[in-house]
Amino acid sequence: MSSTRQHDQSDDHRDDTATVDPGIIFDDPGDASDIHVPQYLIEGGDWDEVVTEQRAAADHVIVVNMGPVHPSTHGLLRLVLELDGETVLSLRPSIGYLHTGIEKTFEYRSWAQGPVIATRAQYVAGIFNEAVYSLAVDKLLGITDAIPERANVLRVMMMEVNRIASHLLAVGSGGMEIGASSVMEVCLRERERCLEFMEAVSGLRMNNAYIRPGGVAIDLPVDGLDRLRELTKQLRRNLPELAGFTLDNPIFRQRTRGVAYLDLTGCMALGVSGPTLRSTGYPWDLRKTQPYCGYENFEFNVCTADSCDAYGRWIIRLDEMRESVRILEQCVTRLEESAGERHSIDHAEVGAFSDLALGGDGQGQSFDKVRELWSSMETLIHHVKKATQGFHVPAGQVYQAVEAPGGELGCHVVSDGGTRPYRVHLRDPGFNHVQALPIITEGGMLSDIVMAISSLDPVMGGVDR
Amino acid sequence: MSTQFPERPQSRARRSRVSEAAVSAAQAADTMQVTYLGEADGVWGSGSGTGDVSGFGGLKRTIALPQQSRPPYGSWFDEALAEINSEVGAAVSRVFVYYGELTLFTSTERLGDLMRTLRDDPHLRFEVCCSVSGVHYPEQPGSELHVVYELLSITHNRRLRVEVAVPDIDPHVPSVTAVYPMANFHERETYDMFGIVFDGHPGLARILLPDDWIGHPLRKDYPLGGVPVQFDGATVPPPDQRRNYRL
Repeated sequence: MSSTRQHDQSDDHRDDTATVDPGIIFDDPGDASDIHVPQYLIEGGDWDEVVTEQRAAADHVIVVNMGPVHPSTHGLLRLVLELDGETVLSLRPSIGYLHTGIEKTFEYRSWAQGPVIATRAQYVAGIFNEAVYSLAVDKLLGITDAIPERANVLRVMMMEVNRIASHLLAVGSGGMEIGASSVMEVCLRERERCLEFMEAVSGLRMNNAYIRPGGVAIDLPVDGLDRLRELTKQLRRNLPELAGFTLDNPIFRQRTRGVAYLDLTGCMALGVSGPTLRSTGYPWDLRKTQPYCGYENFEFNVCTADSCDAYGRWIIRLDEMRESVRILEQCVTRLEESAGERHSIDHAEVGAFSDLALGGDGQGQSFDKVRELWSSMETLIHHVKKATQGFHVPAGQVYQAVEAPGGELGCHVVSDGGTRPYRVHLRDPGFNHVQALPIITEGGMLSDIVMAISSLDPVMGGVDR
Repeated sequence: MSTQFPERPQSRARRSRVSEAAVSAAQAADTMQVTYLGEADGVWGSGSGTGDVSGFGGLKRTIALPQQSRPPYGSWFDEALAEINSEVGAAVSRVFVYYGELTLFTSTERLGDLMRTLRDDPHLRFEVCCSVSGVHYPEQPGSELHVVYELLSITHNRRLRVEVAVPDIDPHVPSVTAVYPMANFHERETYDMFGIVFDGHPGLARILLPDDWIGHPLRKDYPLGGVPVQFDGATVPPPDQRRNYRL
């Protein structure tokens, strides 16, 4: 039988182990006897020896590098841990492994190309990035109030479908990381319905580039409303299954209750928002407090819990999915009423980028547009100019925030009056929330780190941008 | 039929004959306080003087952000400014109100006092510093680098922006982490991307880029790079060196 064994070259420690078991083979420390470097040798032995040796090293603090490719860190998140046994003495998050320079890229693309870039930041909830960027540009253009009703409802619809998809992934991967693989199966199954719906509407499963300044890219497909009705029906029937799997399960309760505790004071000090803030019982939801896209016209509840822990955040995510289904059901009615209305603002330049059609291979120019381009020289010239130059946005700076699945997603946009953004900064909730990891994990167990991360739900694409 | 954009108040004031004199006087007074961003000439940029066959090559245009606002500012802004001025004197050097958002310019010396007042004063109570980010204005000598703080008052449900400018030869700004602990990562990111040094920050290190990275990518003089793709004898320049519209 072979085993892994620690051999510390410090003098005192060598003496201890030597008296316990003279049969262990040591390297000759030679002149390097004052170097405290543990060596792990693989050789024959017995577990008793290993245990005895480890007992002697019980007061040693070891540094563990968790990530950046650890399967339970939700992506490329690296945690530097100091562990005393299984107790976390300190945790330092290290990020940047998925940095793609998105904010720099914005400055070299036109305003209309912005959503295509923004959606790639927090890719699990990409629609929200598009939405916050488009709302900020709308504000700079001064057209916030001129956005057609149908465009706003379509924006809300896609955001809520995306919220459900994002929460499903947060809940599912959180469940799987603590061993509840059935939860992940249910979540992926339901998320697939959401993604299929988003594909039917926008042409793409992810990175949709659907919400644009001035409205949305494409109107609902012919069978869009039927699909939406079917989606809400399925979600309403299937989502409660998740609660049944987990909430009363004793193992699940022990893994989540009292874990990753962060009360209101801590949330305020660390600027924490979203489900984590609401798990302290504070009903702060930007959809209610600072409504955008006409959220004030929808009926829904702000979901809270009062346990301040991972269990509360789990319940909040389940409840929010139910509320999102409620909003989607209201979207059905509103879309029926607004059938035939425009899906984007009627403006020669801004609206030109929302005049697309769906093909078998995704978004593209509509056949009518292509026919016109090939039959009229002037139309072609105008089209090329619009597509290469884009539209001008008045100079100034704005900050727009939306309630993304993880919390407040902000977008600070500076325009110099030209056809490209001067500066775009995305304030991702995950980036802010990673700061809260030390305070909710230190002093706890190593295994609780996994639940802490999944309860905050940072997505590295958004954290690193 | 095309939707008309609503006019911004500023442009309406400029067109009105009655207030034209007042506006031009105000403009003259504020000449030094315009956020100047440079000049654009011709239709095509990044190759100015070459390749512009549009006939618009002689056009010149000054690029500037909207000017400083004058009281009354409307909404809750006047009340809040009165409160700020009574608490921290003349900490706010300039006030901008556009798109319904309030921006307060301050100096690096008064930033700490202003932030503490904004957080602690019961009439202000901006508890959350949502975001800290930088903007690089290379055409503004002496104040090239701006730091922008986005504050949120959950108590009053208000938002506010605080802005401070520093020269890029000495880019030092006091850290606000003592007032807003949540600004820790945001300041590290701003340091990483703009090279703005936040004095008093507990651990100012690069956060997104590797520690040994050279340069600060979000500065305007940092090239975007790009992969040189070769076609039969020709090359595709990096995106920041391609011809594009400027006006």
